[in-house]
Amino acid sequence: MLLTEERAAAKAAARPGRRPRRDWLWGYGLIAPMALGLAVFYLWPIVQTLYLSFTESGVFGGQTWVGLDNFAALFGDEEMLGALRNTLLYSVLVLIGVPLAIVIAALLNVPGLRGLGFFRTLYFLPVVTMPAAVGLTWRYLYNGDFGLINYLLGEIGIDGPYWASDPEFAIYAIAVVGIWSSLGYNAVLFLAGLQGIPKHYYEAAAIDGAGRTRQFFRITLPLLTPTTFFVMVITLINALQVFDLVYLMIDTKSPAMAGSRTIVYLFYEQGFVQNNRGYAAAIAVVLLVLILALTALQFRLQRRWVHYE
Amino acid sequence: MSRRWIVYAVLLVGGLIMITPFVWQLVVSLQTVTESMRVPPMPVPSWQWHNFADVFRTVPLGRQFLNTVIVTVAVTAGQLLLCSLAAFAFARLEFPGRGPIFMLFLAVLMVPGELFLLPRYEIMQGLGWLNSLQALIAPGVFGAFGTFLLRQFFKTLPRELDEAARLDGANPLQIYWWIMLPLVRPGLLALGLLTVMWSWSSLLWPLVVNTDPEMMTLSAGLASLRGQYLTDYPILFAGSVVASLPVIVLFVVMQRQLIAGIAFTGSKG
Repeated sequence: MLLTEERAAAKAAARPGRRPRRDWLWGYGLIAPMALGLAVFYLWPIVQTLYLSFTESGVFGGQTWVGLDNFAALFGDEEMLGALRNTLLYSVLVLIGVPLAIVIAALLNVPGLRGLGFFRTLYFLPVVTMPAAVGLTWRYLYNGDFGLINYLLGEIGIDGPYWASDPEFAIYAIAVVGIWSSLGYNAVLFLAGLQGIPKHYYEAAAIDGAGRTRQFFRITLPLLTPTTFFVMVITLINALQVFDLVYLMIDTKSPAMAGSRTIVYLFYEQGFVQNNRGYAAAIAVVLLVLILALTALQFRLQRRWVHYE
Repeated sequence: MSRRWIVYAVLLVGGLIMITPFVWQLVVSLQTVTESMRVPPMPVPSWQWHNFADVFRTVPLGRQFLNTVIVTVAVTAGQLLLCSLAAFAFARLEFPGRGPIFMLFLAVLMVPGELFLLPRYEIMQGLGWLNSLQALIAPGVFGAFGTFLLRQFFKTLPRELDEAARLDGANPLQIYWWIMLPLVRPGLLALGLLTVMWSWSSLLWPLVVNTDPEMMTLSAGLASLRGQYLTDYPILFAGSVVASLPVIVLFVVMQRQLIAGIAFTGSKG
């Protein structure tokens, strides 16, 4: 790929002038609308948010420079520390759900399976459903008095808590919904990864007398690791930014908020409910650093467990 | 043979768990409030169709539906046009600074969306666009992801295509529109479907920028119901069904293309 590109570039360079020069103008012209939009709505806001994070909103509007005060305050703020803990706990729980998607994908990939389209629809439906609707529905299922979940738990002798108002359990309840919502998406990615594994590995293994289970652990899982890595990276990035489900499932004044307020939820409260722009910007910057650090860590660790061919 | 049965059984039980919330939502949307709070919970509808009429009366759901359609169509059309233009230039044209500019585009992809919100809000405030559909459309039509995705598609097309067209005297814009664009249709379709899905459901930005119920999208409208009508689950769910149905129908119809698109982002991401 790279080689042909380089060769083509060399060929273009070798040809006499005129055309490449005109190409420049076309090139700049065609990317201009997008570049301008990205500059206004993405790049400039990044710079602006960084600036805001070092300022404080005045009572009569306007921002005053306060240096690192916001960041210092954040790390002594119980709500922020709680939000960090809740977000990380939620992310770990959702990551634990990833193997579930591998299992579903592996089952969907069984040769000669009938009704693949039907099953895929069942598992993918939550992905295309509006999170607002998802949140409301699950909140109902989690209801402490008449919800389905506590009813079923009651049938097996467990007295379920008031999920949406109990600070102990709320984040677990939300994480279950998070796993449920992303299972189909991840399964689709894993299914594509599975279909990319050459059949002859399995044939060779079968000749050597390896059974299905052994093949799964010795061939499928190792050769699937690039997909697993990709899924873990995007799942973590998305999980660290969870907002919708908390907003929909937990009441603003519920005691459960302490146990389920996530970083982005706190950002929303501070930035758009309380109007502490500077403080909210600092929260966003901490989130950025957290995401970059954890993603970099994953890339660093991948050498230990991801097999590239 | 028995092993095959286990596969079907596991997939079916798992699938039932996956769709139980939908079935429940649909059933409760056709119950009375009292029925919806019965213990034990009973998934039996009593066909209260008026819940659907009632939700349109309690909130401007029709207006919000229209808002959502307008925003989704505009954002998707804008994304397809602007992303494909930029992607074509990055993939097929030579110009100084192409690499660094593209890296800048990619950098945007790495940054979580929350970092854009406060300044965007100020931009919208400055323009007097709070509580308007433009406020939802303008930032949405630009996207680094779409540019990146389509660039991958443009790059797979053979060099000879441009060369032949250039010999015939076509300029890059003509090559883009008449030759390249039809050939990257699968990419456009994938990006289009993903954009519809995201745009239709997005919550945080619509929630903060448009606070007037008349200007809300369905997502924000539903979310704003959660406090007021919390005990009236049948009405809430009637609204939820109306709000999620269009994308679910689109998915069922275009399933293959959407799945292919997602699988593609996995292989090239």
